[in-house]
Amino acid sequence: MKKLLVVLLSVLCVLSLAGCSGGGSGDDNTGTGDGGTVVKIGGSGPLTGPAAQYGIAVKTGAEIAVEEINALGGLQFELNILDDEHDGEKAVNCYAQLTDWGMDVSMLCVTTGPSLAVADMYQEDGVFAMTPSGSSPDIIAKGDHIFRMCFADPEQGVAAADYMAEKGLGTKVFIFTKSDDEYSTGVAASFKNEAAAKGLEVVGEYLFTSDNATDFPAAQAQEAGAEIVFLPLYYEDDTKIIKACQDLGYNPVFFGVDGFDGALEQEGVDVAMFEGVYYLTPFAYSAPDEATQSFTAKFNAKLGNNPNQFAADGYDVVYAIYNALTAGGATADMTTEELNAIMMEQFKTLNYSGLTGEGMTWDASGAVVKAPLVFRIESGALVAAD
Amino acid sequence: MKFLSYLISGIRLGSIYAIIALGYTMVYGIAKMLNFAHGDVIMIGAYVAFFALYRAGFPLVAALLASVAVCTILGITIEKLAYKPLRSATSLAVLITAIGVSYFLQNAALLLWGSTSKIFPTILDYGFIELFGGELKISYQILITIATCIVIMVCLTLFVNKTRMGKAMRACSEDKDAARLMGINVNSVISLTFAIGSGLAAVASVLLCATYPTVTPTLGSMPGIKAFTAAVLGGIGSIPGAFLGGLLLGIIEVIAKVYISSELTDAIVFSVLVLVLLFKPTGLLGRKTSEKV
Amino acid sequence: MKKITEMLKKVFSKKYRQRTVSYLIVVLAYLIIETAIKTGSISNTIKSLLVPTCSYIVAALALNLLIGYLGDLCLGQAGFMAVGAFFGAVASVFFSRFISGDVPVLILAIIVGGIAAGLCGALIGIPVLKLQGDYLAIVTLAFCQIIKTLLLNLYVGIDSKGLHFSFITDNTNMDPDGILVIKGAIGANVTKKLSSFTAGILLILFALFIIHNLINSKHGRAIQACRDNKIAASSVGISVSRYKLLVFVISAVLTGMAGTLYGLGFSSFKASKFDFNLSILILVYVVLGGLGNMTGTIISTTLLLVIPEALRAFNDYRMIIYSIVLIAVMLISNNAMIMYYLKQFKDHLKKMFPKRRTE
Repeated sequence: MKKLLVVLLSVLCVLSLAGCSGGGSGDDNTGTGDGGTVVKIGGSGPLTGPAAQYGIAVKTGAEIAVEEINALGGLQFELNILDDEHDGEKAVNCYAQLTDWGMDVSMLCVTTGPSLAVADMYQEDGVFAMTPSGSSPDIIAKGDHIFRMCFADPEQGVAAADYMAEKGLGTKVFIFTKSDDEYSTGVAASFKNEAAAKGLEVVGEYLFTSDNATDFPAAQAQEAGAEIVFLPLYYEDDTKIIKACQDLGYNPVFFGVDGFDGALEQEGVDVAMFEGVYYLTPFAYSAPDEATQSFTAKFNAKLGNNPNQFAADGYDVVYAIYNALTAGGATADMTTEELNAIMMEQFKTLNYSGLTGEGMTWDASGAVVKAPLVFRIESGALVAAD
Repeated sequence: MKFLSYLISGIRLGSIYAIIALGYTMVYGIAKMLNFAHGDVIMIGAYVAFFALYRAGFPLVAALLASVAVCTILGITIEKLAYKPLRSATSLAVLITAIGVSYFLQNAALLLWGSTSKIFPTILDYGFIELFGGELKISYQILITIATCIVIMVCLTLFVNKTRMGKAMRACSEDKDAARLMGINVNSVISLTFAIGSGLAAVASVLLCATYPTVTPTLGSMPGIKAFTAAVLGGIGSIPGAFLGGLLLGIIEVIAKVYISSELTDAIVFSVLVLVLLFKPTGLLGRKTSEKV
Repeated sequence: MKKITEMLKKVFSKKYRQRTVSYLIVVLAYLIIETAIKTGSISNTIKSLLVPTCSYIVAALALNLLIGYLGDLCLGQAGFMAVGAFFGAVASVFFSRFISGDVPVLILAIIVGGIAAGLCGALIGIPVLKLQGDYLAIVTLAFCQIIKTLLLNLYVGIDSKGLHFSFITDNTNMDPDGILVIKGAIGANVTKKLSSFTAGILLILFALFIIHNLINSKHGRAIQACRDNKIAASSVGISVSRYKLLVFVISAVLTGMAGTLYGLGFSSFKASKFDFNLSILILVYVVLGGLGNMTGTIISTTLLLVIPEALRAFNDYRMIIYSIVLIAVMLISNNAMIMYYLKQFKDHLKKMFPKRRTE
């Protein structure tokens, strides 16, 4: 009986393999260059699993940009963001599927780990890639075709320490770090260096992993006498830690980084708990300018909540690519190599103003040059802190 | 004094583990299967309670009852659809099916309710009691969590030991065939076990989210694994064992975090488990089974 | 000529058929895929799946040896893979300083990965001897979590002076020419991807060779006796604990080798990849392929790796379809009624195509 099952399974296997290669081979001849009428933008991000919300935000932001660009009638884009489940192995599979699909330009991956796993494949194959939110400096170090839209982790740590010291928010800092997350450890490390230089005292650091991110001993920070609690984390953990502190009746200054963005958008949240929280972000959906407002409205119509900086990063990457392509006179029937050459040339001089910054430029390493902004939450709304 | 306050938060975490572990242990005791979907039933319970409290504006008790009702029905449905057809299959086949159910629930939640976390409303905010002249503050929420756990433990023990249905359960866990010959409806006993386990999962979900307020589709997986570990630590199949194992695991986790090394907490927690099993191969309160030829 | 037919008869005889079929399938698959690659008629998607599939197959074969023949459930397969992957990564960077040529470096790295995982296997084998059933399963799960936590805090660097280890914080203090191979949470950075499809196939054949020869030897029969009835086995003089430890270590070595192959197939990988879910995934491959059935394991692993990729067209519904497929396969394969009709169908086919030669 088992044998029969094996036979059945193998038939299924062959069928699905055939289906798989069949789906791919349709576009096979276009693997290295697309003779079609659209520019194909590929990328991957976590659309399922614990990190899904970041991937979904970037994907939705990018979709809005593509819809807007296609409505202009000029260069036409086609977007394909695959699900990499925040896993390097799956990201490599996604990359392969994207090349089968005939990708011309790439948004790399949403998160750092997968970006690192595929960056050198992009570099080898000569495909231009710009990660919207992979913030580790190691990513763009993988090659000169790899660019970045968001701040690097070290920049955020430095900016946070500088701001605390300059504004005199306090001198004793306690850090909560997620030790299995390279984003968190990266920001925390640079923060500690800069804090020492600026005369801030790190009175303690609590390290946790995603496996034990439930119970936070907030009393440790309280005992250490910390005036500032620095949170280089994403907003779910931020929310839990701030609640744990407040449950003890302990109210220090909370200072988050760009991962905090989105905390106010969680359904059911009592915004009063975030009163007075500082955080770094390149984007605030409540900003009064017209571009942000129109983006926020479109995003709301799609997902039913306000966009965070991930969505804005996704939107900006598509527009930066669009601006570079139109400035370089690209057409949709160019090959990947030609498009890549245009991008490499244009990004030397490109000056792009988008949702996440004014007058952004890129240096030769592929890093974006823009200043982090500090925001403060006052009566449930974001206010630019001076 | 500080140690005492950490100990208390360890007991709070442990109480929640204990309630979840009770669900694992009861199902294991009767159906002899590891129900890996249990953690995801907790997640569903958390979402139901959230919607009842926040969107529908139910009072706490009504929301809790709604959550318990949905989870109980869900537990029975899963059992009838996915596990019952496999009653005569190997335990591994059931294990894989349970994993399939777990994937299904997680991804269904992701599709239905999205990936953005939802924040559980504050429900048990009654302030603190102060002991030792204000040196030790214990919130009523912690006391309620611990008290709930103890009440559940006592009720469950009484139910299993004193009632007719409890007797039937014990009979089934000893020997299903013999129980059937005695006129016990084994299927309905198993269904009842799943119902109780899932109902407890709903209670655990409300307590869990009252303390750690973020509700996401993967909310249940880690507490699920930890509670499963707790059930084994205490001796799987034993109700007092689950209680003891849960408490111990919670306390060890919090104390190890604060006093030994926060980076290595998980390694420490699981090393304790391995050490305990080295000396007590069937867990702390597990029954020794002697093999027969 | 006669000798050849004799040999063919022998390898296809009942005793050897299962072995022959499993080798043949692997070699055939290799030939087909290699030809396809050479002629360029294969998509990048399938190409990118080749090395991980080979690694998973080896890990699943090793687990099947443990579950199918020793009868012990192990939920810590990912832990052994992690050990193999990380030690293999360090070894590959280390050896490539002295040896030029990818193949010898890969072989050495795989051996190092296998030995490291084997030592861990021996270490965990000690509690294994005392425990049974689900208690054993949870100890292996605990072991997997411990390994993952330790690796998350490990820093290893290599410079001209040799290897530098540090734990929890990066205190490797290397010379400027040093490379930090393992960087705590960020994971391992392999400078060169060494694994190839050919290496993967050879490793599968090696694993099959070890497993088949073990289970068909005197020791193999003793191992199966331990599984079927421990007390009876020990009463006829079989040292149950010795055999258990032996199988555990062999399984760990093979899994470690699979881990090295996996790790060196990527330019970077993280310790958090090797979690409980990965162990479960490998377990699913084994159970679906059939306990003790090596050919089944190879096929089910390939199938279950291809399905999620083939389902990408369904976007949001991909993982939910996958979970339904998983449940449905378990329900159908354990449903007596459906299996009965399948058997009838098979008998019917047999009648329609009678075998020319009866054995």
